[in-house]
Order: sequence, then C-alpha cells, then structure tokens
Amino acid sequence: MRRASWQEYQKDIASDKYYYARSCIRQNFFPGSERAFLDILHNDLGIDVFDDPLHTSCTGIGYHSDVVPLETIMTVVARQFALMAEAGYENFISSCITSFGIYNEILATWEEFPETEERTRRYLREATGRELVKPRSIAHTSDIIFHHREAIARRAKRRLVNVHTGEPLRVVEHIGCHYAKIFPKSGIGGSEFPYVLAGMIESWGGEVVDYPERRHCCGFGFRNYLVQANRGSSIANSHKKLESMAPYKPDFIVANCPGCTMFLDKWQYAIAEMEGTTYGADGRGIPVLTYEEMAGLVLGYDPWELGMQMHQVDVEPLLDKLGVEYDREAKYLGAGGKYIGKPADVAVNCESERRIYEIKR
Amino acid sequence: MGKYFDMLAEDIRLREGLKACMNCGVCTAVCPAAEFYNYDPRQIVDIVQTRDDDEIERLLKSDTIWYCGECMSCRPRCPRGNTPGYVIQALRALSQKLGFFVESEKGRQQLALKRLIGDNILATGYCLTPRNIRPELHPEQGTVWEWIYAHDEDVYGRFSNSYLREGAGALRRIDDESMGEIHRIFEVSGGKAFYDAIEQHSERKAREMGYDGATEEYMMETYTFNSENHY
Repeated sequence: MRRASWQEYQKDIASDKYYYARSCIRQNFFPGSERAFLDILHNDLGIDVFDDPLHTSCTGIGYHSDVVPLETIMTVVARQFALMAEAGYENFISSCITSFGIYNEILATWEEFPETEERTRRYLREATGRELVKPRSIAHTSDIIFHHREAIARRAKRRLVNVHTGEPLRVVEHIGCHYAKIFPKSGIGGSEFPYVLAGMIESWGGEVVDYPERRHCCGFGFRNYLVQANRGSSIANSHKKLESMAPYKPDFIVANCPGCTMFLDKWQYAIAEMEGTTYGADGRGIPVLTYEEMAGLVLGYDPWELGMQMHQVDVEPLLDKLGVEYDREAKYLGAGGKYIGKPADVAVNCESERRIYEIKR
Repeated sequence: MGKYFDMLAEDIRLREGLKACMNCGVCTAVCPAAEFYNYDPRQIVDIVQTRDDDEIERLLKSDTIWYCGECMSCRPRCPRGNTPGYVIQALRALSQKLGFFVESEKGRQQLALKRLIGDNILATGYCLTPRNIRPELHPEQGTVWEWIYAHDEDVYGRFSNSYLREGAGALRRIDDESMGEIHRIFEVSGGKAFYDAIEQHSERKAREMGYDGATEEYMMETYTFNSENHY
C-alpha cells in the first residue's frame, strides 16, 4: 500500500522543448550541475532546451526573506513567462526549488484571485511593454531527469552499486520543502511520498534509505540562515536530520533543492569543526550530491567536470565505491588546467591529518 | 477592534492562509522553527483570528513573527486547510509597512536582508552572487568556499564561458536592458517603495538606539547580534 502511494500524485511532464530558468543558489554552488543538466538533455538525450540569457532571478530568496512584496515577484515571474513565450516555448522548467514553488503559487493565485493576474499584466506592460503568456506546463528540473530516468539508465556506464561488494549503494534522498509541501499535486508523489529522487535511485540500481526525519526541512529557513545571528536554527535542523540518518549508514545523500544540497554539505563541516562529530565512513563526511551529479556519474561524466570539487565533504570515497576512474591531481584545477592552489584540509576531508572525536556510525 | 485584522485581510495570503483554526497544534508539531525557538504557530494563528487589535499589535512588534523559516511544512498538514506560513508572511508585510518591525531584535534584521539580498537583486539581477558571499560573513561555508572566492574567475570559468560577461550560462552578467526592466518592475509594483520604507523606519530606530542613522555599523549589529532570549 505504502509503496504505491506516490502513484496517486502524478503530473504531466512535457518530453521535449523546454525553457530553462537558472537558479541563484545553484549557479553559485553547483554551476557544474546546471551545465550537466543541459549537456545530458542536449548531448545524451537529444532534447531541445533553451538557456535564455535574458531571464533574471525570480527574486524568490528576497520574497521569502519578506523584503520583496508579492506584487513585485508576481511581475518578475510574469516577465520570465513572457520571455519564454517570445522565445517560442511553452514548457517552463526551473532549476530552483524555491522558484518552482513560487511559479506554482503564483499561477494558482492568478486562478483563484483573477484580479491579481490583471494587476500583474498591467504592471508588466507598464514596466516592460511585454505581454504575459502563461506556460502550458511547469516542472522542476528534477522532474525532467525523473521523466527521462529510464532513457538515462539505458545509456548508463555504471549503476549505483558498490563495485567491491556488488551491493546496491544506500542513498538518502532529501526533497526540498517547496517542491511539494506548498502544492502536493505539483510534485511526483506529493508531499508525503515524494518519488522524484527515489525513482531515479531505483532505476539506476541504488537502494533508498528510509529514516525517521526523512521529510524534515534541512533548516535553511531563508532569514534563519541568511542573517548570521540566526544560523543556530539552520544548523540545528540539519543536525537533527544527520543524527537521524547516520545509524542507517548511507553511502551518500542526494537532494533536489539548491539550498538543501549545500547546507547538508556545509553544516557537516561546521558540526565537525564545532563539536568534533562526523557522520560518514572512516570518520569523514557523507557526500552530498545533486541529482545531476548522480545522473552524470551514472552516465560516465568526469566528477570534476560535474563540479564535485566545489563540495566541502570529499566525494572520493563514493567515487571509489562506484569504480569511477578520476584524476586526483586534476580536482582543484581552474579553467584551462591552471593550477590555483587548493582548499585547506578540514576534518570532513579524506586526506586531512585532523581527526575527529566522535564518529556517528 | 479589528483594524489590524482588516489590514491583514487585504493581503491575499491571509485570506488563503486562515479560514478557521481549531487549535489542534499539528502545525506546531511539524514546525522546524518551533523545534528550536520559543515559537508556536498555532498560537499566532489563534491570536490573529481573535481580531484583537492590542494582541495583533503586540505580535507585529514582537520577535515571534520572525522565527518562521517559511518552509511551509505546516501547509499540507493542517486538517482545516490553513497555512500558518502564509499568515506569517502577511504579518511580516504589515509589520514592515507600519514600521513595527524595528521594535524587535529579529524584526530589525530586515534591514540586513534588504541590503544583502534586496539590493543585490537590483545591482546584479540575482539574489546572490559569489562576490557578495564574503567568507568573513560566512565561516560555515568552509575552506572550499574560501578557495572558490579567492579564485572565482578560474573556478567558474571551468563551467561557464560567460562568468560576469553577457551571454548564456551560469552567473552571466545580465544585460542593461533587462536590468532596466527589473528596476521599472520594482518601481511600478511597489518593490522600491517597500525597500525605502525598510530603510526609513530603520533610520529612525537606529537614531533612537544611539547610532548615527542606519549606518553600516547599525546594519551589521542587526546582522550579528543575538540576545540569546529566543529559546
């Protein structure tokens, strides 16, 4: 009964001709993932996706920090939709979960309160001369990878299996709150049994880990992280999740939200430095991946071309389990192979001399 | 009685987020902010639905409405279809319009958010950019971020041909015409006026607190100060 629950929440996902909207957080922390998404669609699957230089931030972080008013973000979003239509597309896909929640919320608000749509059309015309055209479909980019997961599986160079033991890798999947908690019908599996990442993991040979705090927020909480004085709340929530998942010995974490992926990585570093606690193998951290990094490894992409050197927790233990061949010396090279030094070692790194005090395994 | 409730009800998020609360407390049980702050969304929704002006004014001037992280975990759980997170958004918008936000420690932080995130949107077209994630303000970003920050053009150059330049790709520079459109959107839709109100109320409060206006020093105080009275 429970295994099938996700099937009650399905949605139509377009198969081709996407208008791609980038994410503020992912551009900063996971630029390799955004590039991998486009490469996988273009080069591996032969799908049309348009990377438009004219769109801006949706202003969602400002909106959820309560400094950007609803009327303003509605008009910025209307501009994104207008650009999509002008470019000849009608399937809008968002790289960001915050944006994805906002697009769904604004489209629903326009339906329920038509006067807000009229006002937005008026503001957009006055400010830009553009006309709002609503998209035929809205999807998050993890929906798109999910939608094409079997096509990716057919092209796989490897599966999510430990090459040394032959056992499936144990994967914690973390779904960004705004993927389906705001509009459960907008996410595959709804808010209770989201299947968007679990479906990828199962199709590619891994094993999904269930644990008590699986659906708990990563703790980002916008102002609860963005203001330095509030960060105790953010790290405390990630700590709660990490403590909850550690006994299940995950090989890695995968998340579909820009913030969650970064926080579950960086807060492991902060907890190790503050309290001497780590959660991964050999006293180091648990690698945290984006779904494009997971797909890219399955398809045989180079981990440094995927941008995995930008994580604080080293991914090499996972690469070794997967049997990925990689050049250790090339990890921290800049554009054109330029040597630009490397980050200082910390407790969550593999080759660090520094040891921690308590390993939660 | 009901003046503030009527003002809140002009916000569609209040109308969408509060039908009738039966005080079951499921929102509080599932709330990540309630886990670590002295915070109870059930109580906030209950106060708002009393329509009591004195009680609502106390809320608008309190730290309480600023603890929520807007994760919206409350929304799918409420058996009555309320969304306490939307009620919070409406309360925060009104608190800033009326200038009440400066009366609380957590409320005063809106100035830092306006300057660090809000102004960056108007400067770059993005909420955040690598060069405004300064390592000294973000020690939790670790040694890898220090390395990225110090070598940004080389690191991002591996993934984008248009870092800080026009064209498609990650962290491209957004063209002047598009930036002009974003500025005009902020002007016609009230975003600019909202920013200005945050600055003006902060200026008044900063002087009241003995600062020489809403200076960088005052802003940094709102960004870093924690009285430890929130748990």
